[in-house]
Parts: sequence; C-alpha cells; structure tokens
Amino acid sequence: MNVLLDNLALFREGFLGTLWLTIVSALLAVVLGLVIAGFRVSPVPPLRIFGTLWVNVLRNTPLTLLFLVAFFVVPKVLFPGINSFVLAVCACGFYTSSFVAEAVRSGINTVPMGQAEAARAIGMTFTQTMRIVVLPQATRTVVPPLSSIFIALTKNTAIAGAFDNVDLFNVSKTLSNDGYDIAVIFIWITLGYLVITYAINGLFRLLENRLEVAR
Amino acid sequence: MSASVLFDVPGPKARVRNLIYSVVGTLAVLGLVGWVCYRLYNKGQFEGELWDIFNYAGIRENILDALLSTLKVFALAGVFSLVFAVVLCVARLSDHKPVRWVAVVFIDLFRSIPLLITIFALWVGILGEMTPMWALVLGLTIYNGCVQAEVLRAGVNAVPKGQVEAAYALGLRKTQVTASVLFPQAVRSMLPSIISQLVVTLKDTSLGFMILYPELLYSARLIANNTPVGGVYPTVQTVIVFGAIYIALCLALAWLAKFVEQRGRRSKAGIVPAEAKEPKEVAAAGGTDLTPVPDAKDGNLKD
Repeated sequence: MNVLLDNLALFREGFLGTLWLTIVSALLAVVLGLVIAGFRVSPVPPLRIFGTLWVNVLRNTPLTLLFLVAFFVVPKVLFPGINSFVLAVCACGFYTSSFVAEAVRSGINTVPMGQAEAARAIGMTFTQTMRIVVLPQATRTVVPPLSSIFIALTKNTAIAGAFDNVDLFNVSKTLSNDGYDIAVIFIWITLGYLVITYAINGLFRLLENRLEVAR
Repeated sequence: MSASVLFDVPGPKARVRNLIYSVVGTLAVLGLVGWVCYRLYNKGQFEGELWDIFNYAGIRENILDALLSTLKVFALAGVFSLVFAVVLCVARLSDHKPVRWVAVVFIDLFRSIPLLITIFALWVGILGEMTPMWALVLGLTIYNGCVQAEVLRAGVNAVPKGQVEAAYALGLRKTQVTASVLFPQAVRSMLPSIISQLVVTLKDTSLGFMILYPELLYSARLIANNTPVGGVYPTVQTVIVFGAIYIALCLALAWLAKFVEQRGRRSKAGIVPAEAKEPKEVAAAGGTDLTPVPDAKDGNLKD
C-alpha cells in the first residue's frame, strides 16, 4: 500500500501518460487506417500498391524496431529536437493503423455485393459509394475487432515507457530502481492497465449495442 | 476486391482522372521518399563505406548469433506456450468449478497485462537479473499460452456435439474423449490461428531488447552504435538489414499459416481449418496483435 501512497503523484503522471498516449495514437491509427483501407480498395493502382506495402511492412515489423527507428533515426536525421511524445504517438499510431486498415478492409468485404452494385446503378462515384453506402454498413462488423486492436494498443504503449516516455511502465522501472518491491509495483501497475482496458471494453460494448440494428 | 464491384469500369473521363490521381499520388509518395533520402544523404548516411561493415566476418557472426538466439527463444517459448496452452485449456474446460475459475482469472489477467511488464517483473523480481533469456521465455510462455489456450478453446467448442456424444456412447472416459476426439480436431481446425499467434510470439521476442538479452534488435543497436565509419553511425543500414530479417521471418511463418489453411481446405477428412484469424472469444478480450477477418461469405464484397 505504501508504494502507491508514497508515489501517488508519480503513479498519476504515469497513468495519465499511458492514457494520453493511447487516446492520441488511437485517433491517429483510426484516421490513417481508414485512409489506407480506402487506398487498398481504390480504383487507382499506385494507391493500392502503397496501401498493400504499408500494411504488410508495418504488420510484420516488431513494434520495438519501429520505436528504435522513431527514437534513434528520426531525431538524428530528419527532425532534430522533436518531442518524444510525438515520436511515441507516431510509432504506436503507424503500427496500429495497419491493423485498423485490415479490420476495415475485411469489414468492407462483409457488406453484401448488391449494396455496392445498387449504389453504382444509381450513379454514385467511388467516394460516394464508400462514404454513403459501404462504410456505414461496414462499421458494424469493424467495431468488435477495433476494440481488441485498441486494447492491444494500450498494452503496446508500454514499449514507449522503455524509451523514456513517462507512462506506467516507466513508473514501474523508476520505482524498481528506487528499491521498492517489484511484486507490489506490479500489482498497482497492472491495476492501472486493467482500468484502461476494461474502460475500452465497456465503451465498445456500449457502441456495439447502439449500432446493433435488426436486419 | 474485384475491381469492378465498388466502382464502374472507368470511361474516358474517369481514365484521365485516375491517371491524374496516379501521377499525383506517385509523385507525392516519391516526393516524401525523396525528401527523406535527401535528408539522409545530407547527413552522410548514404556513403558506400557504411555498408562495408556488413563485409566484416565479425559483424556477420554477430548477426548470425543474434538470429540464432532470437530463434532459440522463439522455439522454446513457442513449444512451452503450446504445452501451457493445452494445460490452461483443459483447466478452462474442466467440470470442476474452482479449477475453471482459476483458469479464467489467470487467462484474463495475463492477457490484459502488457507483456513487457510481465517480462520486466519476472526479470527483476523472480529470476534475477542474470538470466534475461529465461525471463523472456517465461514471459512469452505465460502470455502466449493464455492466448493460445483461448484459441484452442474456441476450436474445442467448434467440434460438433455429436462427436462427443458418440465418443461417450462408445464408452470412452472423459480423458479419452478430450485427448483422442476433441483436441485432435480442435488443433487441426485452429492450426492457422495458432501459427498466426506464433508470428506474434516471434515479433515479441524483440522485447528481449529491453532486458538486455542479446537477440536481433539488441545486436542491431550494438552494431549501429559501435561501428562508426568516418564519424557517421550506420543506423539506417542496420535498421534496413535487421528489419528485412524480421519481415522475412514473419512473412515465412504467415505464409506457412496460409499454406496449412489451403491444404486443409483441399483435404477430404471433413474438418475444415478456420481462416487464419483470431476466434471471436479471443477478439472480444484482446490479444496483442489481432487480425480478425470476419468470414466473407460468397456473394459478399470479397477479393
């Protein structure tokens, strides 16, 4: 108990760090994922190739390697003096975006073919078909996998903590170096992660219920 | 996606428009790549000598050793996690309530803790700082065991009820039913998912970097930081080489998963392997890297 009370400020900072990192990179991942999924089904071949490359490369690279690139190549070569939070968001967001893109694409695959054909028959363009007809229907099948992707993202942000970003893992490292018992730290840190993952789970349960429409 | 489902066959106007998009898109991507290359060039990252470090026997041996230690951890963790998964799965499906509950709590708990924290706690707390390898193997075993257990459970639940009833009717005992009827079919139908999770295990071995286990990523960092050529550190080169190794390993495993799936499809034994994806039960609570692919039935928008 003492570990928590003595270092409440540190724990709070770590918890908020993890929370912010998760939220901001989730937003980035969703936006990028939607765009990349759109690229992958678009009528323009170079965009399709770009989308496929993006997904395959990012999904098959360990996130740790991405962090290594983000923290040791990018600041040295491209943007000197960039904020470490931004770098962490980019690494997590880009990595997760490839999973979001795959989820969205397979969601698009479950929309009955007649829908797209009907949209085309009344003269809609590709963008209109996607925006008005296909994507809204795909949302329902995309939401459950998205929740597990975001939970995975929450857990992946721990790697940012290892690269001197203040988050829960970073706090556990600091406290363990200060000589506190790792078992007790572990319990409190775990609790912090459980709060976030269960919040995501509940939020998406709600969303799923809202989106459930009798067909 | 068959190209004609989401959009019409382009007419002359659309062809011109698509061409413009193609050119603009390609230029944008090329421009970005070009800009990055320009910056890299300015910092002297494109000097030919930087690649020379990979000609030294020492560096090559380093890479090989690192690759072997990554594969060693992967092999150990893969085997242990599968064994552990069988144990957990049996416990999870047990008829005894307390056993079942222990398994549920254990699986849910360790699946929602970041693997890095489990590994770190094992390393610092239990195993001592001298044995990073076993901390890594144990952490991977616990985490992936939990995920694989849920995969197996989904497989067991998918076995038709008649199979179990027939086995009991023949007079088999509970252990026999589980061992000779349920698990063989569950493993067979879930093999693609199990292999996909093994890809995740392989990628997660890179977390050994954090606890100073000399695997691929660790040696990449070492090489990039310790062999400056004319005052320039070959970071980009090492990232390219090691990234390629990781991607090749992961794609090989992913390809194996696809191969198993397709081979199973062709077989006439009656058990069709599920698509290489996480089952719903797993997806609901979350693993590390899920690639859920909802079944696309015939007549849907499918590639």
